[in-house]
Amino acid sequence: MLSIRNIVKQYDGHRALSDVSLEVEKGQIFGLLGPNGAGKTSLIRIINQITAPDSGEVYFDGEKLNQSHIERIGYMPEERGLYKKMEIGEQMIYLARLKGLSRDEAMKRLKYWFEKLEIVNWWNKKVEDLSKGMQQKAQFVATILHQPDLIILDEPFSGFDPVNAELIKNEILELNAKGATILFSTHRMESVEEMCSGIALIHKSKKILDGKVRDIRNSYRNDTFVLEYAGDKLTFDGNQPFQLLDETSGIDGHTIRFKLDGTSSNDVLQYLLPKAQITMLQEVIPSMNEVFIRNVNQTADKHE
Amino acid sequence: MNKVFLIIQREYLVRVKKKAFLVSTLLVPGLLLAMYAVIALIYANSDEINAKHIINVKDESGIFAGKFKDNSNLYFSPAKGTLAEAKAELKLTPDFLLVIPADAVKNGGVQILSKTKPNFTITSTIERQMTRIAEDDAIVKAGIDTAKLNAIKPDINIKAIELSDSGEKDSSVGAAYGAGITGAIMIYIALLIYGSQVMRGVIEEKTNRIIEVIVSSVKPFQLMLGKILGIGMVGLTQFLLWIVLSSGVTIIAGKMIAKNDAPAKTEQTVKKNTDQTPQVEDAQPVAPKSPALGFYESLQTIDFGYILSWFIFYFLSGFMLYAALFAAVGSAVDSETETQQFMFPLTLPLLFTYMMSFAFILNSPDSSLAFWLSVIPFTAPIAMMVRLPFGVPDWQLALSAAMMIVGFLFTTWVAARIYRVGILMYGKKSSYKELVKWFFYKE
Repeated sequence: MLSIRNIVKQYDGHRALSDVSLEVEKGQIFGLLGPNGAGKTSLIRIINQITAPDSGEVYFDGEKLNQSHIERIGYMPEERGLYKKMEIGEQMIYLARLKGLSRDEAMKRLKYWFEKLEIVNWWNKKVEDLSKGMQQKAQFVATILHQPDLIILDEPFSGFDPVNAELIKNEILELNAKGATILFSTHRMESVEEMCSGIALIHKSKKILDGKVRDIRNSYRNDTFVLEYAGDKLTFDGNQPFQLLDETSGIDGHTIRFKLDGTSSNDVLQYLLPKAQITMLQEVIPSMNEVFIRNVNQTADKHE
Repeated sequence: MNKVFLIIQREYLVRVKKKAFLVSTLLVPGLLLAMYAVIALIYANSDEINAKHIINVKDESGIFAGKFKDNSNLYFSPAKGTLAEAKAELKLTPDFLLVIPADAVKNGGVQILSKTKPNFTITSTIERQMTRIAEDDAIVKAGIDTAKLNAIKPDINIKAIELSDSGEKDSSVGAAYGAGITGAIMIYIALLIYGSQVMRGVIEEKTNRIIEVIVSSVKPFQLMLGKILGIGMVGLTQFLLWIVLSSGVTIIAGKMIAKNDAPAKTEQTVKKNTDQTPQVEDAQPVAPKSPALGFYESLQTIDFGYILSWFIFYFLSGFMLYAALFAAVGSAVDSETETQQFMFPLTLPLLFTYMMSFAFILNSPDSSLAFWLSVIPFTAPIAMMVRLPFGVPDWQLALSAAMMIVGFLFTTWVAARIYRVGILMYGKKSSYKELVKWFFYKE
């Protein structure tokens, strides 16, 4: 769907993107991760042809990116807003027509979306009279009204209240199910785990990690487990077949976190079964958050 | 191109639908109407000033009797009977009684009697006439030939006619002055108002953060162009409405003033015919024009179609030239308060030409400075509007027009290069150095 090859973008004094390449497959929900100022927005602007790269190429559906692709991309920038003094309905039509829709077609689709998102009564209201949530919904509608094949969302959930964030998330998933490819940038890692199939991590203008979310998380597994047991609190003397990381006690029982020590989880169970009533054992798969922080810190260390 | 049209449409409709647009569109013809009303009011009052007064002259010196000349509102006639009788009669009429004692030339003591206080015009006219008569009398008494004196007198009269002739010419120079000043002020204000509307529009898009949504659909240049053209058309619409409404007001006012003037004239001729005084025939009072009619007529000495078409040209080209730069300024800042440092050099040529118009160009519209100011694109719109009513050679107009077109194409190109970078820069304090850098950025 989208193939980004060796993009370099230099602003005076600093390099926003150095040799970034990544592939977004059709039908994917792709997360573009990175700390603030890493170059995410620069990359997104290049995909939207708002700015051009100094070198490197972007291919859209196998074709070199050109003006005709604008109508197949829907973009919701991080810094987003609407004309405050303009009526919301008129404004939606205007934005849709700029994307190449006819007035009638825009009206028809807007009616559907406004009803779906329950903002139909606000059609004639000026934007400044709408609540923030309403504006955000309208913003989202404007992004996807022309039924783009690729939807690019820069920090889609920033500024949304939890209810609207959930609503928008579900709409994104629904659009994806209907065939749209989604590319979004975020630093909310929970939504990445929930939604994304693939990610790329950009840090200090470089791509430092990319791949499928599950693969990445699995590759960061380090034999850490959580175990809960009921009964009396156990004491470990150092001869147990694992390395104890920490232990906590609650009303229902006790929890320990441990790392395998060249053993397997079954060895641990065999060792503990006679001693306590085990209620839960689970491997700790690092969250994207941990992966993120670990990667960012590693590169930071390397730089220093 | 279709997208540029959409942008033009939005920029235009959003502004034309505003109440402020309606108010300002009606304000100018309204002010003009008020101006005509004031002129008409002055004229109505001047009826009183111009009212016909009969001055009965009781001349005991024998020098003045029969030598007073009537004018449009003063009629002199010898008082009948004795002074007491004349005084008695005065109580019954609104007339004046001029009493000249025998030794008036030496000792003064001239009195004017009436029920109402005579106004300044009446007394000063009489004083003037009496001085002249007394002088004539003295000249005659000094032994100068009366024939020669009479030969001089017609000269004086001819001179008077010449004066009134040049007075008419004067009024059309005045009209050219007026048209020049009006044109300069209108262009100056229009360029500033609509130019800063473009700037505010750009800042609005930046602060509203809608800019990035839009430039993901259209190129920054298309957005800038659409905005400039849309606002330019708002300005044009406003001017056309002003012109149509103002001409409507002027034509109606002109007709009403002319109608008011007509009966005044006939009344005067009637009075002239019925009046008994012998002086009436040789006095030949020139029918006075009412000031309103005079103003209206002097307006007609200007070729409005010609000036208007050039006004529209200079407004549009000047607007395009400045609006592009205003757009660049708007793109470089985050709020209107930051525009100061860029606004000053931008408005300087306008302000300079504006002041030069009053100080210099109006008085010497054909000087070489006026020529250069009307050819340099940054100053031409104002300078040329000042010069136009005085007559400008065609080749100079053609040169100036060509320069304007080259000028706005150039500023649009420069501005577009700054604009495309500036609109995406948030929260950065920009300097001139920065703008130059942006200009040289690759796409």
